[in-house]
Amino acid sequence: MNQPTLYNKEEIVVIRNLKKSFGTNHVLDDFNLTVHKGENVVVLGRSGSGKSVLIKCLVRLLEADDGEMKVFGMSIPDLSHKALDDIRARIGFLFQSSALYDSMTVLENLEFPLRRHKLRITRQEVDKLVKLALENVGLSGTESMMPSELSGGMKKRIGIARMLILNPEVMLYDEPTTGLDPITGREINHLMLEVQEKYNTSSIIISHDMNCVRRTANRVVVLLNGKCYAEGTYEDLKTSNDKNIKQFFD
Amino acid sequence: MNNPLTAWKDFFSETGDITRFAGRFFREGFLPPYEFNELLRQSFEIGYRSLPLCGVTGFIMGLVITIQSHPSMETFGTESWLPSVVSVSLVREIVPVITALICAGKIGSGIGAELGSMNVTEQIDAMEVSGTNPFKYLIVTRILSATLMVPLLVILSDTISLYGAFIGVNMKQVVSFHLYTNQIFEKLSFSDVLPSITKSFFFGFAISIIGCYKGYNTKNGTEGVGRSANMAVVISTFAVFIIDLIAAQIADILHFT
Repeated sequence: MNQPTLYNKEEIVVIRNLKKSFGTNHVLDDFNLTVHKGENVVVLGRSGSGKSVLIKCLVRLLEADDGEMKVFGMSIPDLSHKALDDIRARIGFLFQSSALYDSMTVLENLEFPLRRHKLRITRQEVDKLVKLALENVGLSGTESMMPSELSGGMKKRIGIARMLILNPEVMLYDEPTTGLDPITGREINHLMLEVQEKYNTSSIIISHDMNCVRRTANRVVVLLNGKCYAEGTYEDLKTSNDKNIKQFFD
Repeated sequence: MNNPLTAWKDFFSETGDITRFAGRFFREGFLPPYEFNELLRQSFEIGYRSLPLCGVTGFIMGLVITIQSHPSMETFGTESWLPSVVSVSLVREIVPVITALICAGKIGSGIGAELGSMNVTEQIDAMEVSGTNPFKYLIVTRILSATLMVPLLVILSDTISLYGAFIGVNMKQVVSFHLYTNQIFEKLSFSDVLPSITKSFFFGFAISIIGCYKGYNTKNGTEGVGRSANMAVVISTFAVFIIDLIAAQIADILHFT
């Protein structure tokens, strides 16, 4: 198999020998991954293979059992709560369910991370940043809407706007196109590429949607039995004769 | 059916978990940063929004207890004691417990369902990655609000129930409001009000901590949300009676009887 194009750039995320188990279920077992600046890496795997666990460990929503995880050169497991919050402000996380706060309007949803991370921000600055974030995802004018009034695709976009509002350098997308129709899924893929281009972000995209993988990945990592089973470009993996890889493309 | 031994083991295990959860509240709840805005919002949601229900129930309780007590007291020729007897029963026992049970149903289930839903839809995780301690923002504020608001609801319900009792008394005889209040405060003393208000703080704390614990630890999707809300009501209702029993014993020991 061809090696993927290595970005001769700064390593933003480095994961070495990551282990995570739930009881006797070894979800991640010596998993390795490196993400370079400006790169979109898609982690491909079957449902329940530990893809979401991987990115949740990366922001310490879950504690890893063992292994090394560095983001911007800082070891995530060793960070204090304050330092972890500072790092989290530089990482955007789009949840599978979008995770918009039900009791808040779109405006309040977008304000929430701003108010938490930028304590001395003025009302005018907040309004300006919210407006810009909504413009970036093509949903201007939805400030007063409640999440229950939004479609699935709109929720994903607002989720992305909420990520963007803090200008993160790393984006973590947990199955961004799951549950969306193909057209909306394409729009979300396009939006992710736009974000990467505009903000020069590095992304880890968790997906098993092959359209999403094909459109967004600079590099694909196949997660199987808790390990990095294969890695390469979309075309590399597509032409592979390995039955474990072929099953994703058939 | 569950093995009785397993059921007891689960009961003690869950009691231990709730105690640890309460311990975390005391460890984290009083350290900065403080979430004053959220505390005010929750106090509004828990206190103000429960007020009509608690008020109407208190009024009906006052009215019904008076109407039902009247014939018995008339038999013994003691109907002139009706206001004082009814007011002591209402303030010492009936209103605090009924208000707590209403709060267990309304506040306990509301907290359990809201937090459970936030948990299964990853909103709590989203809050954490947004640089917010969800325990402080969601749990501490709700527990503090309920602990402060339930006694206030009890005081207001006490007042409304006494007004209901006044109407009840006047359905059978004519008693002026002035005479009625004189009769009430002749018998109703500080030692009746203090245990009632004190136990209301514990009612509020127990209801909210159980609701928060069940909601915060919800598993198994939407089915789990329903189960959390349901269990929050069942356990907190049971807790209200246990606290009431303990409070009665303590009041007796301290001669607040």
